[in-house]
Amino acid sequence: MSFKGIQLLDVTKEYPGNQDIKTCALKKVNLTIKPGEFVGIVGKNASGKTTLARLLNGLLLPSQGRVMINGMDTRDRRMRMEIRRRVAMVFQNPENQIVSPVVEEEIAFGPENLNLPHHEISRRVEEGLKLMGLREFRHYAPHLLSGGQKQRVAIASALAMQPDYLVLDEPTSMLDQSCRRELIEHLHILNKQQGITIVLISHCMEDLAGADRLVVLQQGSLFADAPPWEIFRQDDKIVGLKPPDIVRMVELLQKMGFNLDNKITTRAEMVDQLCRLSKSVI
Amino acid sequence: MSIIEICDLTYSYNPHTSFEKKALDNISFTIEKGEFLGIVGTNGSGKSTLIQHFNGLLWPESGNIFVLGRNTRDKNYRDQLWKKVGLVFQFPEQQLFEATVFDELAYGLRNMGLNKQEIDTRVNEALENVGLDPEQLRTSSPFCLSGGMMRRVAVASILAMKQEILVLDEPTAGLDPEGSAHILQTIKKYQQENKVTVVLVSHCINELILLADRLVVLDNGKVGAWGSTRDVLAQDDLQHYDRLFPDYIRILFDLKKHGWKINTGMLTVEEAANELGRVLKGGG
Repeated sequence: MSFKGIQLLDVTKEYPGNQDIKTCALKKVNLTIKPGEFVGIVGKNASGKTTLARLLNGLLLPSQGRVMINGMDTRDRRMRMEIRRRVAMVFQNPENQIVSPVVEEEIAFGPENLNLPHHEISRRVEEGLKLMGLREFRHYAPHLLSGGQKQRVAIASALAMQPDYLVLDEPTSMLDQSCRRELIEHLHILNKQQGITIVLISHCMEDLAGADRLVVLQQGSLFADAPPWEIFRQDDKIVGLKPPDIVRMVELLQKMGFNLDNKITTRAEMVDQLCRLSKSVI
Repeated sequence: MSIIEICDLTYSYNPHTSFEKKALDNISFTIEKGEFLGIVGTNGSGKSTLIQHFNGLLWPESGNIFVLGRNTRDKNYRDQLWKKVGLVFQFPEQQLFEATVFDELAYGLRNMGLNKQEIDTRVNEALENVGLDPEQLRTSSPFCLSGGMMRRVAVASILAMKQEILVLDEPTAGLDPEGSAHILQTIKKYQQENKVTVVLVSHCINELILLADRLVVLDNGKVGAWGSTRDVLAQDDLQHYDRLFPDYIRILFDLKKHGWKINTGMLTVEEAANELGRVLKGGG
């Protein structure tokens, strides 16, 4: 059987520009995403993040090179339906992708179009509501929900298609800090408990601190691919990325002479280390 | 003297239907003349509902709100309120409508009945205030500008009216860090130079921590905390909405829960790191 996962092989994407000058959004990018990974994609505006995301389910096709999803080439028309079932997308503004007047119906929309039996549709709706913490809102009209709740409805609808991969293009940029954190927590649960591969694009480094690895794009090229703590530590080389507060806090405490691990990027890790440290001091 | 006084304010959306939602529940606090007040809260906590009461767009369901000493329920007063309270909505660039930047800024001023000369001066001044070049932009269409610049035009059109109270609803939402910093600096500078009262609602408490004199934390339609920024952070019972706060402060809260004797009233990462250092060295 062919390779499971997402492979980008020498992918270049050009857009037609003014007067026959082509704008090159991605240049010879090679990237492999394995099933079960949580991958963050970062880069400044116009670095090619959104282009990359849209190549993953065939919304865009590469100008050169190939994008392979579980061994299927996105250029192959016959595979496109299957690829889009495997790779679900969630965009920045949930309002752009919500179509139904009731939350339940919104989640059922995808499975209904797959002609699934009624009980299977209900099961998937139930599961989506449960996973995204939306049970109490099942009969609500989406416009009565907050931004974060709407974004969770969009994700629940994507999940109802039972995808292997969930690609999220700046899903948190419209949300406040607290909703953002809640959404990220939900994504980690999906990743760990359901084994869904997450590809998360975000400007906010805190969103990505818990990812397995970060892929940094710069002017359309792959600039770095490493665990979050390594990327955050070389911040001055990566323009436009502000490392999370916690990384700065670790650096400051290290300068004061405290022995903290370079790899700390999340709050839980920090609290854990500090508690251990205080015991050894006392 | 309190410039805005909010007394037992309650407001519900969709009242008497099955979707009735209490957006504000018995809120009371005051806003002092000349202060920079930050309002924070999660999505759906009632922030935007609250500030729409400040210029009479919404009326309390029960309770009262006094702006410059007069009740906003007073119909005669309501017509004057828009000249006293400037409200910048969320994504204000979506409400631009005039053909040129000049007309956009002049719209409110003409409605105030100002003469041509005065309008001209105020438009130039307001554009300069937000860091735009009046000469270059007066005649351009606002719709040819980038999102960040459109936002600045929208803010300038309120600044030009020179109201005593300036209320902004998430003025930095959707802007990149550079654009956000520029808008916030503009507002802070404007507040200090013109001695106006500023109420700023933000989804990002990090920016309020350094700017605001005092904070109001809204929690599910109720006032969760109210006081000087440092005092609010130093409180013991923030756990309930601690998700709102930046991670460097949440770490201090976590450690407090673990029994550390630590002061959580820290405004910056540096302060927080120093406080941790102090406690680790045995100061706690």
